[in-house]
Amino acid sequence: MSDDHVYLTLAEGHEDDTRWAYGTGFEDPLHGVDTTVPEGVDAGALVAECVALADDALVSAQRLAEWVTRAPELEEEVALANIGLDLLGQARLLYSRAGQTDGTGRDEDAYAYLRDAGDFRNVRLAELPGGDFAFAVVRLLVLSSWRLAHFRRLRAHPDPVLAAVAAKGVKELTYHRQYAAEWCVRLGDGTDESHRRMRAALDRVAPYLGELHTAYDVRDEVADDLRQVTEAAGLPLPVHRPLPGSGRAGEHTEHLAPLLTELQGVARAHPGATW
Amino acid sequence: MLGARKRVTLIPNEWSVGKLVTMTTTDAAEVPPPHTPDGLQEHFDATIARDQRVEPRDWMPDGYRKTLIRQIAQHAHSEIIGMQPEGEWITRAPSLRRKAILFAKVQDEAGHGLYLYSAAETLGADRDDLTQRLIEGRQKYSSIFNYPTLGFADVGVIGWFVDGAAICNQVPLCRSSYGPYARAMVRICKEESFHQRQGYELLMTMMRGTDAQREMVQDAVNRWWWPSLMMFGPPDDASPNSARSMAWKIKRHSNDELRRRFVDMTVPQAEKLGVTLPDPELRWNEESGHHDFGTPDWDELMRVIKGDGPCNDRRMERRRTAHEEGAWVREAATAHAAKQAARAEKGTAA
Repeated sequence: MSDDHVYLTLAEGHEDDTRWAYGTGFEDPLHGVDTTVPEGVDAGALVAECVALADDALVSAQRLAEWVTRAPELEEEVALANIGLDLLGQARLLYSRAGQTDGTGRDEDAYAYLRDAGDFRNVRLAELPGGDFAFAVVRLLVLSSWRLAHFRRLRAHPDPVLAAVAAKGVKELTYHRQYAAEWCVRLGDGTDESHRRMRAALDRVAPYLGELHTAYDVRDEVADDLRQVTEAAGLPLPVHRPLPGSGRAGEHTEHLAPLLTELQGVARAHPGATW
Repeated sequence: MLGARKRVTLIPNEWSVGKLVTMTTTDAAEVPPPHTPDGLQEHFDATIARDQRVEPRDWMPDGYRKTLIRQIAQHAHSEIIGMQPEGEWITRAPSLRRKAILFAKVQDEAGHGLYLYSAAETLGADRDDLTQRLIEGRQKYSSIFNYPTLGFADVGVIGWFVDGAAICNQVPLCRSSYGPYARAMVRICKEESFHQRQGYELLMTMMRGTDAQREMVQDAVNRWWWPSLMMFGPPDDASPNSARSMAWKIKRHSNDELRRRFVDMTVPQAEKLGVTLPDPELRWNEESGHHDFGTPDWDELMRVIKGDGPCNDRRMERRRTAHEEGAWVREAATAHAAKQAARAEKGTAA
């Protein structure tokens, strides 16, 4: 019966398997991009940049994945997963670039699964656990505002691969920031309860804002973004009380190691396995 | 449509009492005047007989509407609860590629839930009400999701068997007599077949891996085979609603017919993969042109449906908690929308 042709052909023709996997072939953002590291580009600095940005993205995606089946509404299930997937896609490209550049030839999974917490260079804000939906959208607003401002500048990076990853990422991050901003305004303005939760979330995030700066200084731009959203939401901009230390230097909260234990557990239990 | 004639008539029914309902017919001569209950029923029967689609604004018998709402809601609930067994592995997936695939798959399931709740809403149901019915246990979801996922191979086997069985069940529903359901199923089936293919590809890859990985695959196959056969529902002689659904062309094939087809299709796939299906009675029957296979444990199916499966409580608890913990968010969104509307009105008045 013709109804079932999809199932019937399942065992046929597996030479093109990779095209059945999300993010693995339909559109290669690096298609036609020369992956040789250009002369004059500091390979060490490029690797550090790629790893830091990939770690931010992977750890954020892991936290977003924890929302799956726990979101307040189905539309939010779809949106949060979408954002997590975008970030995961960014992480994969950036790890691959780091592996091409640092001379080890490591693949994306070697970076994600075979490094310990002290080797990760993500900002600590990304690894903070749990929290309610207000915390999720405030953190997303901060991280996506910063990342968007940073990626906009990276589009002009002398490394063509990093520039291409940034160009793709800008489109994604524009949506992430928009989504987070809309929810911040709704929740800031909504009810007394949601307003109270938003203030608590902003207070929790504030100490980690200082960590968000790297080669390009985007602090003013990010601060403007946050001011606009908090004003529209009727929320006070939190007072800046920076914490000592930095995830960028491998100094993390106690929450990163358990996150990595979960992320890496199956992979590490099966050395030599292929997935 | 050239020559189409629109009739506007008042049609009382459970969901749209006294609402204006427009019926479009192409050939008035074939259709009795739809002003009388008999005329409406005849028009509906003729639509079904001609294999045409019933659309939301058409008159339909209450039983048809109720059956559809029940079936579509159960299907939507199954998509949403079905996110849980696999969703638990997104954070633990052993490669970034598998993580992305699984994340996307579970996201698709949320999307399927959304289309299906929307299809149910075209019949006058309300998503909030259906969600309430689910978390109060007044409406069911597919019993397959009450089984645990014990290893990463389960993700592949769910894709192969569970999505495969879902496709066997659902592809005929793309021709269901109710238009919005049929159209939702076209899109859902396309995505399900993608998921199934991904699941099978994961298993192929694992079978080419280590001995431990091959054992994981066989173990997962052993645990999921029988529950997957139960996904087609009880045997035909014990399926009380099947005959009517088939007459209404909501359903197109019987439970046993679909189950047998699933077995026939899966056997060669298992051979190619190199796993054994856990049924000593499974063998090709030259005479019938189909496989003979053992009888699933129908008592087990009944127990799981009644709430006594390995994970029923956990699945319901998760859904209930998510809904309750999200209440303040939904309330805030509603309050913000109302404030915005009031501000806009004030702005207009000023």
